[in-house]
Amino acid sequence: MSDKLDVRDGLLYTRDHEWASSKSEGLEVGITAYAVDQLGDITLVNIDLKVGDAVTAGKTFGTIESVKTLSDLFSPVSGKVVKINAELENKPELVNEDCYGKGWMVIILPSDAGEKDKLLSPAAYRDLLKSVDH
Amino acid sequence: MTTDAGPLRQTPLYAEHKKLGARLVPFAGWEMPIQYAGIVEEHRAVRTAAGLFDVSHMGEIELRGEHAAAVVDYLVTGDAAGLDDGKALYTCACNEQGTILDDLIVYRITRDAFLVVCNAGNRDKISAHFRRAAENHCEFEDCSDRTALLALQGPRAIEILGLAGKEAAACADLKSFHFRDAVVANVRATVARTGYTGEDGVEIFCASGDAAQVFRTLLELGKSKGLEPIGLGARDTLRLEACLALYGNDIDETTNPLEAGLGWIVKMNKPLFIGKEALTRVQQAGSPRKFVGFEMTGRGIARHGYPLCDAEGKPVGICTSGGPSPTLGKNIGLGYLPAALTAVGTELQVDCRGKLVGAVVVKRPFYKRNRGAA
Repeated sequence: MSDKLDVRDGLLYTRDHEWASSKSEGLEVGITAYAVDQLGDITLVNIDLKVGDAVTAGKTFGTIESVKTLSDLFSPVSGKVVKINAELENKPELVNEDCYGKGWMVIILPSDAGEKDKLLSPAAYRDLLKSVDH
Repeated sequence: MTTDAGPLRQTPLYAEHKKLGARLVPFAGWEMPIQYAGIVEEHRAVRTAAGLFDVSHMGEIELRGEHAAAVVDYLVTGDAAGLDDGKALYTCACNEQGTILDDLIVYRITRDAFLVVCNAGNRDKISAHFRRAAENHCEFEDCSDRTALLALQGPRAIEILGLAGKEAAACADLKSFHFRDAVVANVRATVARTGYTGEDGVEIFCASGDAAQVFRTLLELGKSKGLEPIGLGARDTLRLEACLALYGNDIDETTNPLEAGLGWIVKMNKPLFIGKEALTRVQQAGSPRKFVGFEMTGRGIARHGYPLCDAEGKPVGICTSGGPSPTLGKNIGLGYLPAALTAVGTELQVDCRGKLVGAVVVKRPFYKRNRGAA
């Protein structure tokens, strides 16, 4: 298992332990190494939305299940789903193996370009982890 | 994350868990290891080699005296009075309503000495219940605090136990649900051929102060045989595959042993035991609901508390335990359904947080070890 305090520079973060990365099509979203560590062996990723559906910041767009528990996936921003990682349907373990890469979940085209500025910087997220992990 | 109120208690192996890098979580008022290497890896270790569990949080009660057998027999549904020395019994204690106060293992040490092991979360309740019943009849002691309990489970468990000394090796001849005193890793212990994983193995009682030595020695001796420390996470997936009831999930004070598929631990022809009248009525009327095993046919994982629905989507029952089965590679669950819907092959739907996902009733247990193997 990877280092649970692995926080990548160049990404934005949420208090729900998700990351967001600016791509040409929109904001790519996944869960952080810390979230993966908390969940353990991931067995199911359910994206409840289809491409074209609207999402709202802070509302769920799916669920992720591990051997021990179920956790909601929250949209970091409002907008429209433009891409879904279909590979996770049969290979949920990609989230365990590469949560910042092949384990990405959705790409969202934000409706308000400024909204992502409210997300946490890598430094702010590292501070958050320090306060929750002891 | 769940947080329980009050300070958490630690077992005598707390420092060992820390050293092994376990993730510790609150469980029934205790700070317990939920996992070390990861639930699936630990699960596989127990199914293919062996695992070592700290279950020292469980409660131990001793009753001694001429009337101890009669007291225990009155408190449990099984035939405790009919036990021989060195023999143990899986049973439960009911209240007058015939519902389950706790599931227990009763050990007859001698004709007038009994050990009762209860769940950690029920220790105070069961301890008080037994203490009251023992009053003026026999001696009672709650020895939970001075007693540690380890479980060594898996196809290689007996072989590994055999490395821990001559007396430990001699325990290989213990039959299922038999126990005896033996020196294990230079420590005086009691070894019982019992467990909660669906595998062969033993549970080892020793003094709290000796637990670390037994734990460390067994881990060291078993390393080359594939022995791993196992947390509560894999304990749960293992017992789920083996369809062993978990108190607080599958059974509680709202369920009776007959509907819970535990009729075999109720000895209705015993002259007297708490709950007998109520259970006799249940038996005569028949249980309207029954405990079943099911597997998911659609994409979803049933969890404790999810409604079970009939093929039309009408809620008719409840899932009491559920999750992925690492051994079968399927998502499985246990729960209660109306008697008419419990035949193997009956199609169901599980209400997974508002989404109906297909499931089918299957034969229990989900997993049964191959007893033909040496």
